Amino acid sequence: MAITEDRPLALEAGTVNKVAERPLGALTRPQSDVGWASWFTTVDHKKIGIMYGVGSLFFFLFGGVEALLIRIQLAAPDGQFLSESLYNQVFTMHGVTMIFLVIMPMAAAFANYLLPLQVGARDVAFPRLNAFSFWCWLAGAIFLNTSWFLGGAPDGGWFAYAPNTSVTFAPGNGMDFYAIGLQIAGIASLVSAINLIVTVLNMRAPGMTLLKMPIFTWMMLVVQFLLLFAVPVITIALFLLTFDRSFDANFFNVEQGGSPLLWQHLFWIFGHPEVYILILPAFGIISEVIPTFSRKPIFGYPFMVGSGIAIGFMGWGVWAHHMFVSGLGPISVAAFSMSTMFIAVPTGVKILNWLATMWGGRLLFNTPMLFATGVIAMFTIGGLSGVTHAVAPSDTQQTDTYYIVAHFHYVIFGGALLGMFAGFYFWWPKVFGHKLNEKWGKINFWLMLIGFNMTFGPMHVLGLQGMARRHHSYASEDGFGFWNGIVSAGAFVIALGTLAFLINIWISARSAKKNPVEVGPDPWDARSLEWSTASPTPVHNFDVDPVVEFQDDWWHRKWGKNEDGKIVRKAYPEDIAQDGSATDVHLPSPSYWPLVLSLSLPVIGYAVIFTFWLLIPAGALFLAGFLGWALEPADDPEAAHGHDDHGPNDADASADAEAEGASHV
Amino acid sequence: MSEAIATKSDQAVDDHGHDAGHGTTTGISNNKLMMWAFLGSECLLFGALISTYLLYKERFNGFAEGLAPFAEDGRNIGPRFGGSDGEGVFDIPFTSISSFVLLASSLTMVLALSSIRRGEYRNFRIWTLTTAALGSVFIAGQIYEFTEFVEKGLGYSTNIFGSAFFTLTGFHGVHVTIGIVMLLATYIMHKQGRLNQDKAETVEIVGLYWHFVDVVWILIFTVVYLFPQ
Amino acid sequence: MTDTAVDAAVDAHDDDHHPSDLFYVKIAGILALFTALEVGTYFIEDSVDPWFLYLSLSVLMIIKFAMVAAYFMHLKYDTPWFRYLFIAGLVLAMGVYAIFLFAYDVFGLG
Repeated sequence: MAITEDRPLALEAGTVNKVAERPLGALTRPQSDVGWASWFTTVDHKKIGIMYGVGSLFFFLFGGVEALLIRIQLAAPDGQFLSESLYNQVFTMHGVTMIFLVIMPMAAAFANYLLPLQVGARDVAFPRLNAFSFWCWLAGAIFLNTSWFLGGAPDGGWFAYAPNTSVTFAPGNGMDFYAIGLQIAGIASLVSAINLIVTVLNMRAPGMTLLKMPIFTWMMLVVQFLLLFAVPVITIALFLLTFDRSFDANFFNVEQGGSPLLWQHLFWIFGHPEVYILILPAFGIISEVIPTFSRKPIFGYPFMVGSGIAIGFMGWGVWAHHMFVSGLGPISVAAFSMSTMFIAVPTGVKILNWLATMWGGRLLFNTPMLFATGVIAMFTIGGLSGVTHAVAPSDTQQTDTYYIVAHFHYVIFGGALLGMFAGFYFWWPKVFGHKLNEKWGKINFWLMLIGFNMTFGPMHVLGLQGMARRHHSYASEDGFGFWNGIVSAGAFVIALGTLAFLINIWISARSAKKNPVEVGPDPWDARSLEWSTASPTPVHNFDVDPVVEFQDDWWHRKWGKNEDGKIVRKAYPEDIAQDGSATDVHLPSPSYWPLVLSLSLPVIGYAVIFTFWLLIPAGALFLAGFLGWALEPADDPEAAHGHDDHGPNDADASADAEAEGASHV
Repeated sequence: MSEAIATKSDQAVDDHGHDAGHGTTTGISNNKLMMWAFLGSECLLFGALISTYLLYKERFNGFAEGLAPFAEDGRNIGPRFGGSDGEGVFDIPFTSISSFVLLASSLTMVLALSSIRRGEYRNFRIWTLTTAALGSVFIAGQIYEFTEFVEKGLGYSTNIFGSAFFTLTGFHGVHVTIGIVMLLATYIMHKQGRLNQDKAETVEIVGLYWHFVDVVWILIFTVVYLFPQ
Repeated sequence: MTDTAVDAAVDAHDDDHHPSDLFYVKIAGILALFTALEVGTYFIEDSVDPWFLYLSLSVLMIIKFAMVAAYFMHLKYDTPWFRYLFIAGLVLAMGVYAIFLFAYDVFGLG
């Protein structure tokens, strides 16, 4: 009946939500919202956010193990730990995993959980599509990793330059898994981007104009637009690759006049916006953390928003700086060199504004703040080495050396990942109702920071000495042994830091269970709307729709100016926060079909790679998922109706609900 | 694969479609906003295909002129030259008729929408089915055209022109096919009484997709077929 | 009919943002006419300068594109948000891919 759902989220007093009888047999919607099975059918943005988080942390460990394997291999000259072929697979999958299966879904975890809360909505605009996005991503991720058991993982590097990916040079199935796995993950990103764009534009609480939205929401909105426009480009690139490999097309067949540079262009037209897709979420997170722990509003809010938009926009005009050595010609190189230098400006504005926010603030160095300041310092280093790449002659010498590896780890690990960790520590109490342990948090932070700099700092030196990336081993007379030893030791320090994080999760959960401490709705005295409801967030988010007057509205409800112009407390969060006690809130019903539909996609993938007979089960799954989705009632017919514009006391509501219910049967 | 998503979102036929838009911050219906965001995204998708085609046609011309081996093994067959008769594969008068058919289907699509808006259900059914039928005629023409090309010697892997041409027009054909499925679904839902005047927005969203596919063909017809060598 | 004439026709028909069926038929007629003109160039192809053909075909194509988007897809009457979204995608696509083709020297200008 309905593919999408239209905010069936009205608050209605006295309506009963659970209905015993199901009029539509198999196509009714599952009811349970507790228990393990509920996770498979949930459409709740918070549960989906948590699943994204768990999934991305799992793959973080996976990608981390791959990194350690690389570092064992390279720890000393003439390493024999991995074979050449396995080494290629491991470094390729390390990159693919960390980018597509860790940073992106981790950002999606925060976006899913927080965007509806920060704009004051009860869920995303299309809850079932949201569940579909998650399952689709997970299906793609698992599909990609099954390649390890089905003839070898992708081995052409994470950007998979043609013609290395052609059947001639990559005869195994690895690159097929790469192309189709990323295709499936791309569908997830595209659907999720559309969903979140509609959510942010259309479902803001009364009074929340665009320029009152929290910076995190703004940065995620920019990211969703980047995804919206960048994903189709990689979609085409991956299709061309699949067609070349599976159907003998000639796109990257040099013999026939195909151009390998076509892949590089398409990949980087997607790939450079992708870089900002990775980093902007972390920028958003620390833009929430830093004001909170500096006890000051963000410095230059409009500039923060504007520079985020500018980065998103300019990110489209710099892609060819990845291709300076490919013979673009002087005009292209000069133009892209210039644009790359310009894009440092809005990024610099952001760094300046964070520092200005901290300047004169009463700084509290809790763990989230430690990670956030870590981001500022590390990202600045990565940004500066990035500017050196903008200078084409210098870049020519650095291309494909460890200098590049050092650079992008400083921005992706030192920027994006540390930012995500700041977010974990910051929002943990909101999600799980208890804080993470501070002592272990500090151990986690310092181990990671020190290990990170040990690992990636020396890579600058190695790169300038001429050590090429992706080489299976190096000879002892190259003189790379010393720094490689340090780098490998650093990698294990990072692993210890990650272990400290896992221990912290476990210890904090255990101690919260033993002696539960009321963490309160707003443990950090924070600023945005998610802190104005109970912790952990009640299933319906808000008892009543928040009404927004100011940017940082929640802070303004707690603090105000007295007659001397001094800032004084007006109220305590416990007294003014919503307690989450409302019981009659009408929420979208869970659904099986997003999961079923997404399961069909990897089967289609196996069909393309192995045998087209698999299209039969894939088609059956797809059709089942599709029809089930289309035919199931958008909503529990007897529960209520979905008209958001009817208030609790709307007299027409029940009559309307009956009319609607009738039309469902 | 994004087409698959399009089907779902576009059938998007929401129970609450008629009041969609009320109560959203911008006053715009969620479903329509979703469709337009998706179409914005599709611009980049078809842009990549069209520019790949332009690039490869150019390179193909260069190769066919400069490199003799292609002429010998029959791989020099192109849009307007080469092949056994030296005429190339294109049959402009035939494709022109296809183009008029698809253009006409856009007209019947808007007529279907304005019929259901006025509650003229009989007209709505006629125009919807006509649109789907015109779309099917277009697809049938495309299938015929493809088989003709293959017979003339241009297969998918014959040369870079073949790969680029079939991929671009094939993607468009898949989009049209999905549009036909959406139109039929609209028709069936209407027959079941689940889609009528107050849910005209559903038809409008299907129509947006349909017209988009039409404008893409406007580009393809000019750039691929009519531009001289 | 020229573009201004079309505008005038819209003003006449566009009281409730839903132009009349007759108006749509007229638009389709113009589109068909333009398509016929485009097809016509095929028959005179050998006797005119190719750059003249590129130019005139492109102009006709852009007008057709704009007319379908503006009238059939209602961009002219609907909320500006849709225009922004679609034009954002369109302009981005044209800009990025034009640079891409330029880098390949497809236009023969470099």
